[in-house]
Amino acid sequence: MTVEVLAGLSRPIIMGVLLGGLYALIALGLSIVFGVMKLINVAHGDLMIFGAYFAYALMTTWGIDPILSLTMGIPLWFGLGFAIQKYVMSRAFGISMEAPLIIAFGISLILQSLTQIIWSPYSRGLEAPYALGGISLGITSVPKTYLLSFIAALVVMLVLREFLRRSYLGKAIVAASQDKRGAELVGINTGRVYAFAFAIAMATAAIAGVFFGLTFPFTPTSGVGFLVIAFGVIIIGGLGSMLGTFIGGIVLGLTQTLSGYFLGAAAQMLFVYLIVFVVLAVRPQGMFGR
Amino acid sequence: MSQDALLKISNIDAFYGTFQALWDVSLVVKHGEIVALIGSNASGKSTLINTISGVIHPAKGTIEFDGRDISALDPFQIVTLGISQVPEGRRIFPEMTILDNLMLGSYNRQARANREQNLKKVYEHFPLLEERTKQLAKTLSGGEQQMLVIGRGLMSDPKLMLFDEISLGLAPKVTDELYKAVREIRAKGITILLVEQNVRRSIKEADRAYIIKAGRIVLGKNVSELQEEEIKQAYFGV
Repeated sequence: MTVEVLAGLSRPIIMGVLLGGLYALIALGLSIVFGVMKLINVAHGDLMIFGAYFAYALMTTWGIDPILSLTMGIPLWFGLGFAIQKYVMSRAFGISMEAPLIIAFGISLILQSLTQIIWSPYSRGLEAPYALGGISLGITSVPKTYLLSFIAALVVMLVLREFLRRSYLGKAIVAASQDKRGAELVGINTGRVYAFAFAIAMATAAIAGVFFGLTFPFTPTSGVGFLVIAFGVIIIGGLGSMLGTFIGGIVLGLTQTLSGYFLGAAAQMLFVYLIVFVVLAVRPQGMFGR
Repeated sequence: MSQDALLKISNIDAFYGTFQALWDVSLVVKHGEIVALIGSNASGKSTLINTISGVIHPAKGTIEFDGRDISALDPFQIVTLGISQVPEGRRIFPEMTILDNLMLGSYNRQARANREQNLKKVYEHFPLLEERTKQLAKTLSGGEQQMLVIGRGLMSDPKLMLFDEISLGLAPKVTDELYKAVREIRAKGITILLVEQNVRRSIKEADRAYIIKAGRIVLGKNVSELQEEEIKQAYFGV
């Protein structure tokens, strides 16, 4: 009996952890931008989905493998992020705290309309031969896309973490997030650092877009729902901490699959938001926040 | 006199939003001096320091450093030229280690080359910091944090250091220690402009002092010639 229960539980647990990795991958960029600039980039989900469409275009036009297409997607999104921050957002920051938020909202609407015009509102998906089907993880079999997403999330999180901890630019980004004036006074060009932070966040959005597109079908408005999930992830994990965001993603993924297992699919998101609510009430800085 | 001026401020006006905080301010700091800026709260001392650092740009007038007009430059450019501010309220990076706080002091490329050398100097001034390199900055006491910020300022290889209220909220014994470091820093050839709410302390440490009142410089002279009456007037006014 107990053995059967445990065996039954192992699947939602493994699926939850892997799904959580994908959630974390989406949330990492949101976490960086909020941590450094105190901006809730409401266009993050749409920029991610736009990345999925970009890979889709390369895949359908030239047959380029979605993951391989990131060799173009990452630098493009990096440059796009740098330009958005340097030429648009930085000016908005000078006006008020709300102005950049409204601009992000505008970017979100533009991207949703643009993707709809180009690719129609019907759902699309990314495919790669090696990502089809399942893979056995001992006790249970999981879709390969889930495992790939989890590995990608782990790699991106670790790379970002080491970059922020060890490189001069990374440390400057962290310093600017902790005390902007202090950073300026030690000679950090905070305008440039913000542009790099946004660029890095966008590069992670491109990566998230491809793995999301391999895992789930997507439409021009898919970004909205996943923005909410990513926001839940950083509330649970704590803003600005890469490891915290990663673990926040796993907690959220597990909550979803386990409540789905015990209470049915209809209740799964209810518990996700309940957990977010409890964290906000009990520990508003998040599990790993300061 | 202007020949060996390191910093020369001529007739600047500066605003905080729509509020004019500085009116036609002129001031000179010569190579190797310690100059104090004395004035009551909200008289414009910190505004002047921040205008020199490029945080605020003057609406009128010029700021020359080493013979070069810096009034339109941004803070990060001004640090690179050799002006380092130790800001009021310290502004450490609380969640970073002491070593990282210091390393960020030498963020500009010129200073980066002399990083190890400057780090050694900082540890000579404040041996305590060397014992705690891995500790998070927020765990330090107020006085220790102030040492950290002075050390961070030294890491940028400055010719001129601006000290804004370094003794604020600290015990007299700690303040003594900090000013001992300030004197040592000057002995190494770094010029100093300091703001200090403790007038007696300013007069004790500085060679010359400027009195600022309601955003205007009302007096500038050697501290030895400064009359108590003049200071009282600046603070309590007529």
